[in-house]
Amino acid sequence: MFKNLMNWIEYRMPFMEKMNLHVMQYPAPKNFNFWYFFGSLAMLVLVNQILTGIWLTMNFEPSAERAFASVEYIMRDVDYGWLLRYMHSTGASAFFVVVYLHMLRGMMYGSYQKPRELLWIFGMLIFLVLMAEAFMGYLLPWGQMSFWGAQVIISIFGVIPGIGDDLTLWIRGDYVISGATLNRFFALHVIALPLVLVILVFLHIIALHEVGSNNPDGIDVKRPNDGQPVENNVSDKFTFHEYFTKGGKKIIVDAIPFHPYYTVKDIVGVVGFLIIFCAVIFFAPEGGGYFLEAPNFEPANPMKTPAHIAPVWYFTPFYAILRAVPDQLFGAIFMFLAIIFLALLPWLDRCSVRSVRYRSTFHKWNLVNFCISFVALGVLGVLPATPTYTLFAQIFSFTYFAFFGLLWLYSKNEKTKPLPVRLS
Amino acid sequence: MLKQLLAAVALVASSAAIAATGHEVHLDKAPINLTDKESLQRGARMFQNYCLGCHQMEYQRYSRTFRDLGIPDDVGMEQLAFTAKKVGDHIKNAAPKADLAVWFGAPPPDLTNVARVRGPDWIYTYLRSFYVDPTRPFGVNNEVFPLVGMPHVLQELQGVPHKQHETRLVDGEPKEVYVGIVTDGTGELSTEEYDRAVADLVNYLEYTGEPSKLESRSLGIKVMIFLLIFFVLAFLLKKEYWKDVH
Amino acid sequence: MSNAPVDHGRRRFLTIATSVVGGVGAVGAAVPFIASWNPSEKAKQAGAAVTANIGKLEPGQLIRVEWRGKPVWVVNRTPEMLETLKKVEPNLRDPASDEPQQPAYAKNQHRSKKPEIFVAVGICTHLGCSPTYKMNDFDAHVEGVASGFFCPCHGSTYDMAGRVFSGVPAPKNLMIPPYMFSDGDILTIGADEGTA
Repeated sequence: MFKNLMNWIEYRMPFMEKMNLHVMQYPAPKNFNFWYFFGSLAMLVLVNQILTGIWLTMNFEPSAERAFASVEYIMRDVDYGWLLRYMHSTGASAFFVVVYLHMLRGMMYGSYQKPRELLWIFGMLIFLVLMAEAFMGYLLPWGQMSFWGAQVIISIFGVIPGIGDDLTLWIRGDYVISGATLNRFFALHVIALPLVLVILVFLHIIALHEVGSNNPDGIDVKRPNDGQPVENNVSDKFTFHEYFTKGGKKIIVDAIPFHPYYTVKDIVGVVGFLIIFCAVIFFAPEGGGYFLEAPNFEPANPMKTPAHIAPVWYFTPFYAILRAVPDQLFGAIFMFLAIIFLALLPWLDRCSVRSVRYRSTFHKWNLVNFCISFVALGVLGVLPATPTYTLFAQIFSFTYFAFFGLLWLYSKNEKTKPLPVRLS
Repeated sequence: MLKQLLAAVALVASSAAIAATGHEVHLDKAPINLTDKESLQRGARMFQNYCLGCHQMEYQRYSRTFRDLGIPDDVGMEQLAFTAKKVGDHIKNAAPKADLAVWFGAPPPDLTNVARVRGPDWIYTYLRSFYVDPTRPFGVNNEVFPLVGMPHVLQELQGVPHKQHETRLVDGEPKEVYVGIVTDGTGELSTEEYDRAVADLVNYLEYTGEPSKLESRSLGIKVMIFLLIFFVLAFLLKKEYWKDVH
Repeated sequence: MSNAPVDHGRRRFLTIATSVVGGVGAVGAAVPFIASWNPSEKAKQAGAAVTANIGKLEPGQLIRVEWRGKPVWVVNRTPEMLETLKKVEPNLRDPASDEPQQPAYAKNQHRSKKPEIFVAVGICTHLGCSPTYKMNDFDAHVEGVASGFFCPCHGSTYDMAGRVFSGVPAPKNLMIPPYMFSDGDILTIGADEGTA
């Protein structure tokens, strides 16, 4: 009876077939390490944000008069409202933690290189939409930081020659940030951008499964079948979908089915992540003043700027670049370039070896340089712009961009180590 | 190159720490404890008697305060809620907002979340840092919040406070250094009692900033224990399956 | 790669144990989402007990008091009205108020604490319309009965104790809320000695 029903459905919509293709018989390299947790964790946080977000809209009132009070209402009057709110606010920061580490993984193991350029581009688009989503969401509680943070960031658009002033006016829908701005940001934050985000995530995964997962060694797990048996190949034990074996034309080496091996492994990652995530939610929801900033517990006041305003931590590396450039217009240009260069990595890196494990020492140090520059810029972005800090920000902005320039120069004729034949 | 970079990062990080602590007045650590219901009750009484005249708690209901502090509704309504009609009302005063703004130069801020905006240590130090200053409209100034528009409403408890200076050597030169507040002893409370009373008030303000905090902590511990058990099981399960691979 | 045989028992045990614990976690995670749909503190405070002064309620008069957004009727029943309560009983669906539509203290013939004062939620138990009070002209709907309540939506009829007549769409007697009297004329609706 049940089997008949399943067959009836399968004939009309091949659900089990798709499950086999993408989960049960999907060949995943056997040597994924710690860094490979962050993809599934990003998915988990996305689900958390969507669910808690939907629940928050049930009590949030998107108007300049009621927004702040309705958040306090959620925090005080709604059963478990405080928990849903903290899950959402902590989730926003967790999203960026996870996504930044996910991106770093891609950079370390060359996951952006051919044939995964499109996969990387989808990832960068997700990152851009995520930043827009976070920025608009931060206005909604209508606190002092919401208001003044949005004020600063919207003003960045004002530097575009010719149309800048009209553009900022159009974005705000008013002469100042007002209820009109709040309402449109609310609509974009709860409907438009999440929809785009989910579609992009879907495309990201489809693109991934088409080209297959990269791995810490950066070598392929699918190779043409020359009829010779491969010694000690763990993949021989398993059945993979014929889509990946091309009906025997390809042989799969050192890969294992995603399910159950990586599902059980990802559960460990998920629970480990939840331990940290819940520790923040329950014991330090302000995240030391970085996840929820203290001035944001005061309602927005267009007449009074808080003494020290800094964007939320996940924007600070880019904000530091913006401030480091003495010219307003060029500051904005460099800030956008900082993201554009990341998106261009598949073409800036001309080396054929993917993983940092087998690349030159110089490349390793260049990657270290990138990480230090990014973190240092992030720290500088929350500090006030004193002359000393500005100088530091300029130095680290330079080293940040130098990473891309150097990479382009040396990667063409890079002295790499010999690649292994099999996954370690 | 790496060494230089690391040195630069260390420098930035240490100056960040300096910027975070600030160059302002040293803040005393507020001796507060959210589980001390009696302290919270005394704090609530302080708030009703000394603060509510001008400030409000727009987002906190009497019923919530009573429930969390273990005060029966009828007792609370009789002894604490002078201006409220119903126990579910928010803690508001009847003062005309526009007049208050004129009298004090700025509207008195809402205090529901003040401990989250300023931090408990700031409030604790601020309320103990008023001193006599005849140049100010209310005759007092504040070391933590210079030129503040608020009168010293707790003066009847503290007594008349005077600023104390001492001559100390700073970088080899004698300098007048602010060392604290001394009162003339006309207050109802001794210095220790006054500090205790202010701590009670700060404790209550810390509570109203986040009434869910105690609930959050106790639920959090349960969640953590659960997750640790789950983690051990998930880890064993992973190990078991991965025997196929290793 | 070990070639040791798989210990299926251990594998099954761990799979089931992890699934059960994970399931418990999922249920736990659902709690805040479900609980947040309960009436909030604001709704509870708005739904708190209300009071009315019934000192000036004349015989036969009905007043409406709003409680939790619903009309609550308070009627000062005349001796004639109370007399007919016994007479109509053969025509009622639930004359003894066996359905739990009232607090224990209102499970009697007059369905009230004080015989003359009738307190009920004025919402028809059929589909939620508010019936009309027919003080003198109820016999147009039920022959020989002078007063009662008539629901204009689907024609359900109730006697002066809010008990439904047989043969009408409404299935149950009118709901009696918890209430109490204090200081003589002050009626509190929504709370009684048991809850206060």
